[in-house]
Amino acid sequence: MKTHSISRRELLKNSGALVVTFGLFGPSARALAQQVAGLPIPPGSDPYNNPDYLDPTSLDSWLAVMQDGSVTVFTGKVDLGTGVETALAQIAADELDVRFDQIHMAMGDTAKTVDQGRTAGSNTIMRAGPQLRHAAAAGRAELLKLAAARLEAPSEQLVVVEGVVSVGGSPARKVSYGELLGGKRFNLKVTAKGIQAGLDLAPEARVKNYKEYKVVGKPVPRVDLLPKLTAEFQYTPDFHLPGMLHGRVVRPATVLSKPASVDESSIHGIPGMVKVVQDGSFVGVVAETEWAAIQAARALKVTWSAPAAKMPATVGEVDAYLTNTKSFVDTVIADKGNADAAISTASRTFEATYHWPFQNHGMMGPSCAVADCRGDKVTIWTGSQGPFTTRDRVASMLGVPKRNVEVNFVEGSGCYGRLTSDDAAEDAVLMSRAVGKPVRVQWMRADEHVWEPKGPQQLMTARAAVDAQGHITAWDFIGRTFPWTEAQGTPQLGERQIGQKSTAPLPGNPVGGGAIEQIYDFDSQKVVGSYVDWPQDEPTPLRTNPLRSPGEPAGFFASESFVDEIAAALRVDAVQFRLQHLTSNPRAAEVLLAAAKQAGWKEHSSTTETAIGPKASGRGVALAIRGGTLIAAVAEVEVDRTTGSVTVKRMTIAHDCGLIINPDGLKFQIEGNVIQGTSRALMEEVKFDAAGVKSLDWNSYPVIRFKDVPEVDIVLINRPENPALGAGEPSIVPIPGAIANAIFDAVGVRLREVPFTPQRLLKALNAKGSSSA
Amino acid sequence: MAQISLNVNGRMRVVDSDPTTPLLYVLRNNLDLKGPHFGCGLGQCGACTVILEGVAVRSCITPVRTVQNRAITTLEGLGSSAKPHMLQRAFVEEQAAQCGFCMNGILMNAKVLLDRNSNPSSEDIRAALDPILCRCGSHLRVIRAIQRAAKSAARA
Repeated sequence: MKTHSISRRELLKNSGALVVTFGLFGPSARALAQQVAGLPIPPGSDPYNNPDYLDPTSLDSWLAVMQDGSVTVFTGKVDLGTGVETALAQIAADELDVRFDQIHMAMGDTAKTVDQGRTAGSNTIMRAGPQLRHAAAAGRAELLKLAAARLEAPSEQLVVVEGVVSVGGSPARKVSYGELLGGKRFNLKVTAKGIQAGLDLAPEARVKNYKEYKVVGKPVPRVDLLPKLTAEFQYTPDFHLPGMLHGRVVRPATVLSKPASVDESSIHGIPGMVKVVQDGSFVGVVAETEWAAIQAARALKVTWSAPAAKMPATVGEVDAYLTNTKSFVDTVIADKGNADAAISTASRTFEATYHWPFQNHGMMGPSCAVADCRGDKVTIWTGSQGPFTTRDRVASMLGVPKRNVEVNFVEGSGCYGRLTSDDAAEDAVLMSRAVGKPVRVQWMRADEHVWEPKGPQQLMTARAAVDAQGHITAWDFIGRTFPWTEAQGTPQLGERQIGQKSTAPLPGNPVGGGAIEQIYDFDSQKVVGSYVDWPQDEPTPLRTNPLRSPGEPAGFFASESFVDEIAAALRVDAVQFRLQHLTSNPRAAEVLLAAAKQAGWKEHSSTTETAIGPKASGRGVALAIRGGTLIAAVAEVEVDRTTGSVTVKRMTIAHDCGLIINPDGLKFQIEGNVIQGTSRALMEEVKFDAAGVKSLDWNSYPVIRFKDVPEVDIVLINRPENPALGAGEPSIVPIPGAIANAIFDAVGVRLREVPFTPQRLLKALNAKGSSSA
Repeated sequence: MAQISLNVNGRMRVVDSDPTTPLLYVLRNNLDLKGPHFGCGLGQCGACTVILEGVAVRSCITPVRTVQNRAITTLEGLGSSAKPHMLQRAFVEEQAAQCGFCMNGILMNAKVLLDRNSNPSSEDIRAALDPILCRCGSHLRVIRAIQRAAKSAARA
């Protein structure tokens, strides 16, 4: 449970600081560490000796022992509904030798926690886990030191059970954590270097061997579910303050321009109207009741000036732009041998291009935040994935020191990357500032569908050469996409509306499929991510930000379809063909084999013959890696050749993310990824034209429903001797490829464009029919 | 504004409200019942569902004047942490929610389903809940939880 019962002042009064540094293990963790360590620290963001930040070197910034012996663990990470609150508490409980229910997590308040980076990129367990583990271990060591003095026994003779320290062999000589330090500070410095995900905390603290874990590895039930199921949980939109007003935003459906005129007489007579807020090109309405604000936002007549930019008119226009525009950065992800030369001289080659559309995050609850501006200070309650990012953006927008902005995390609906851009908080601040009272802003459904930053369109082209033995010898893969228009450190919607300029484009989506070099052995390979600028002189509804496992469902849809195409052309079983290219990656081979075995995979070469009768069944496999986590998926589909509809009946997943913290929570993340991935593969595509986004609601942007959800069968591969890697996103990555390959297996057509709509399938079947006729 | 009498979770409540206000905002803001959520305001997602005289309705498109003095049940009326309803208990036992934002609609529709079919098949549940959207992908556990609740009711 979120424990807000301890205030920062109480904490500082009470706490002893524990800082722990964590070691980095394994190539992916090392790579990530190098990546994050290499990032320049933006000016003013260095948390050391900085009044804008809690001191990471004080153990009291991380842990507080209560008089009842429970321990509050403070973390800048937040729970987005994935269960990391429970998982992080498991980690802390083990290192502190307390019961799970003696740990309380305090998450994501900028004045009470250390910035551990945004809750994004599946890095909470992978990065914050070791940070908190080392903090907890340093805390335990200090508590043992205090106990040794109190009990007059050497530390090495002490044992700890459920937060009670006793002398080995003399159980009567005991003292509890609460008696030792309850309500007091540790007053202990620990080593800390780096920032956020790259923070190296208390390396001097000795952490436990996995064999000593009692809570980690257990399917501990989540602490947040009962209150969520009984309406006792406070979600972002449930937060309220005395005297709070209600705000709604008014934005055009196309490119943001300036309001040439705002006709306030158009909302005359709506009871409870407080103010039409206009600030630059920002327009919002504030009212005493929510219904009045909604009515006013609908009725307010705003004439928008001609926009400075225009929207692309079609998906094809965007593809052409992606293809023909010079990239501003080419990230070479792999370059081994000379793939180009090998392919140009090979006797047998393959080539294919794959398309991925703009997609929505589609939060069930649209953006929402409450802001209370008082003079040059502001307090915000929001479900942001990055409370510190929200704070820094708002401080920049208002031109005040960061410490004048306090952001309190209040969990909202699941957001899948969307709330790395916290638009509603800025909207609420602008409206609260204008009326001098706390304002709650909630976007309406169309606001969210139109204006949420989207996962960008992607194009991937793959080429390969195959030798006489049927082995892929050369691989050339280029992914082209747009950068994120909304990223950490760039002005967002509200800021831009009041006149702040956007900064240079940042590469966004890691080019999906790039990580393929971490899986297969190809003699020569080149993998490049090309980013094409996506200029937004004024923000358009095709703004972009990270969408669950950014870029990778598309990249692996392309690369795993392509591997499958080659296997089918060579008349080789899809699993066997992959295994032939996994000789130097036994961990990936094990995952693939585990999924195949669980699914009862029968060796066969995929058919190119269409089955008889209207319905055909097929199976497809895909393998993927994300942040070191390996995932294999076997999809079983049923295709109706008369209607073109695809039903995914079952998905079998094998999953290796190293040490498993909570196997039930992990399985649930996988189930969610499979279902969301199936939805994205089968039906999700943002519709737009030059006049704006046309996907305004759940009818025009359908997502998967109960009747169409596949059964999910999961094999977990636990590697307790390895570090725990991320699991919030990786298992969505192989889903579209596995489904595409199963469709091919069923009816012999290759769908190279997502989503796999009935229209696309029928078109492909017709083309196949006419070509074979 | 008008005085409107509502029968919510077995209690008579009088609110001062614009009678055209959708029931959702009255429940949430006048009566502090935060079980029903705003998801779309269009009757498409089901997050705002309440039970009106035994029928699941979308409170975001139901004007409050149309439900005066009629029996309304919200999620708060189902059970509490101290005394959870068998459905709420079963959902915890199956760990059947991720973010939980859509669970109001799922639980209220599940309640209506079990009231008319005490032993629903997986297909019955899928059909009954098809109009409710869940984005985190809790569907499979929801199906199991509802069947678990049905079994526990049969035993009771």
